[in-house]
Amino acid sequence: MSTEDENIKEVEAVEPAEDESSRLKSENPGNGIAGMTVLFFTIGFAASLIVGWIVFPNLLYSKKEQPIDFNHVMHMEEVDDGCESCHFFREDGTYSGVPKLDQCIDCHEEIQGDSRDEAVFVEEYISKGKEVPWLIYSKQPDCVFFSHSAHVRLAKMDCVTCHGPIGESTTLKTYEYNRITGYSRDIWGRNPENMLGLKKNTWDRMKMNDCAECHMEETGRKSSVSTHKDGCFVCHK
Amino acid sequence: MTQEHRKAKKFGMVIDLDKCTGCGSCMVACMAENNVPFRENETDKLKSITWMRVYKLTNGKPYPKEEICYLPRPCMHCEGHKGHSPCVTVCPAIATDYDMDTGIVSQIPTRCFGCRYCMAACPYHARYFNWWDPVWPEGMEKSLSPNVSPRMRGVVEKCTFCFHRYQLALDKAYAEERRELEEHEYQTSCTQACPSDAITFGDLLNKNHAVYKLKKSTNAFRLLEKLGTNPKIYYLSSREWVRRAGDNYRPGEGTGKIKSHH
Ligand code: HEC
Ligand code: HEC
Ligand code: HEC
Ligand code: HEC
Ligand code: HEC
Repeated sequence: MSTEDENIKEVEAVEPAEDESSRLKSENPGNGIAGMTVLFFTIGFAASLIVGWIVFPNLLYSKKEQPIDFNHVMHMEEVDDGCESCHFFREDGTYSGVPKLDQCIDCHEEIQGDSRDEAVFVEEYISKGKEVPWLIYSKQPDCVFFSHSAHVRLAKMDCVTCHGPIGESTTLKTYEYNRITGYSRDIWGRNPENMLGLKKNTWDRMKMNDCAECHMEETGRKSSVSTHKDGCFVCHK
Repeated sequence: MTQEHRKAKKFGMVIDLDKCTGCGSCMVACMAENNVPFRENETDKLKSITWMRVYKLTNGKPYPKEEICYLPRPCMHCEGHKGHSPCVTVCPAIATDYDMDTGIVSQIPTRCFGCRYCMAACPYHARYFNWWDPVWPEGMEKSLSPNVSPRMRGVVEKCTFCFHRYQLALDKAYAEERRELEEHEYQTSCTQACPSDAITFGDLLNKNHAVYKLKKSTNAFRLLEKLGTNPKIYYLSSREWVRRAGDNYRPGEGTGKIKSHH
């Protein structure tokens, strides 16, 4: 994205010149160079933003469909324990995460309805004893440590705060991942404004700063000597 | 809103050199616990990666007066002055950092770009450079620990006091809605592997932890204390020559208190 970088440098170079030319203008009317510079700069800047935020991300991210679709709303009516029936804490405090066949087999030993996804699920996975290779939207890089018990049990946070309304969805959205790093797109955000650092919802992004910002607000910890924020080993392993 | 804070800790170790037999169990346990890479040919020790390393000291006297002492050396997790340990101060990338809540010097290999200033700054040779990508013998990658992220070539790594064990112990505590851990809930791998109980690990600030009392022994010393690194590994030895060796005095130099110049 060298075009953007160059433009940033240009801004720095242009600004003082602008001051000077506006001073000159009062003495020397009819000097339109500054105006043209600003115009061309603006056009160039807008063009590079379009490339940077719309064209580039589409090239950068690749799409993948989940192995089978899953309907949260419908299943919530069937299960007894709510979300905990499938996403639960293990005895050692770790989080079970996406469900294993164990959580499905009681109901799906045989095909119950006539949905194609269920047929695939039962034939390809249940009867072969093969786990479904779910694609995990929220998956963090390997070096990140995350604790559901700290947030859900201790801080009493809702799933929606970080995951959005997946629990109330009737279908799984398309999974997108970064072609270079392989990381899920949900980490850095899907919308162009996310790249500007803006977000509408708490769950729009979950990159390092999003974790650190909330930690600063909620815990106020400043134990790191170098950053005066959370120590690196709070979230890394 | 500010959450209730957990009391600040200062994790550290006391290693009793009178008990250490030099068996190397701590080294093996550490490698296995932390996915430390190794090569087929490990004869060049300058290139070996050993977060925990057992050194052999001798008193330099000829037989029969010769004496031997084994000295296990993890990262000292130096506090320096207010957390400015030698390596943290020089790192240009904040890849290594000091945490005031735990007293642990962290190392984030994904952040490291391999300049190795920290290795030069560390007076204990506790830091190691990955000259190659790790190559695991076939099938072994399946037995790697998922709790410790493996490193790549070109980055520095070192002992972390098995920090992932602290994370997991806290995870469990949080699930039970408590914040504080018992002493036994967070222990490093080397501590538990030592067959002669030479290593004791705990919170140096907690009066109820074994290390708190042990570090006050008159036989206790730290390595190169006079450099001002303020390390969190204490050693115990009843033998004077060992204590002197640990402090690295030259022959004839006194072992008295160092005068502070500031
Ligand atoms: C019958 C089992 C079941 C129940 C009950 C259930 N889920 Fe799920 N959940 C799944 C399956 C299957 C997936 C798909 C895994 C994936 O996203 O790849 C999933 C995925 C998710 C994800 C996305 C994880 C990710 O990052 O990929 C979230 C968030 C989630 N569920 C939240 C909830 C919430 C909140 C509830 C309760 C309202 C709930 N689930 C109830 C089975 C269940
Ligand atoms: C409490 C019983 C129960 C459990 C547990 C359960 N299901 Fe279902 N599931 C159903 C029922 C009932 C249907 C509806 C069948 C129909 O009429 O189409 C269904 C439908 C489905 C379908 C097809 C419809 C759709 O698109 O969602 C899929 C796929 C599916 N389940 C997957 C799973 C998976 C994966 C799990 C384990 C994480 C699971 N189910 C756990 C009861 C259950
Ligand atoms: C503070 C934010 C936060 C909250 C609150 C939260 N999660 Fe998560 N969740 C995450 C992050 C971050 C990950 C990715 C962890 C990783 O990859 O190490 C994740 C991962 C998951 C996964 C996939 C885990 C896997 O790898 O198998 C599921 C399923 C999930 N969460 C469900 C839930 C449910 C259900 C709730 C509510 C009870 C919840 N989460 C609450 C942040 C959160
Ligand atoms: C919306 C707020 C919020 C977000 C987002 C958030 N956290 Fe947290 N996190 C908290 C709070 C609050 C606590 C403290 C819980 C307590 O101690 O009561 C916490 C605690 C933790 C802990 C345990 C800390 C300890 O001292 O043991 C870890 C680990 C953690 N968060 C990791 C993460 C990571 C990684 C992310 C981003 C993927 C993240 N958090 C995102 C609010 C958040
Ligand atoms: C509050 C939690 C939190 C803290 C504290 C934190 N990180 Fe992170 N870090 C993350 C998360 C989540 C990611 C993954 C998402 C991303 O790339 O932003 C990450 C990613 C990274 C990456 C990129 C890893 C990769 O493979 O892409 C590096 C390097 C990194 N962090 C270094 C550090 C260092 C150094 C510190 C201490 C100064 C630190 N982090 C403190 C949460 C945290």
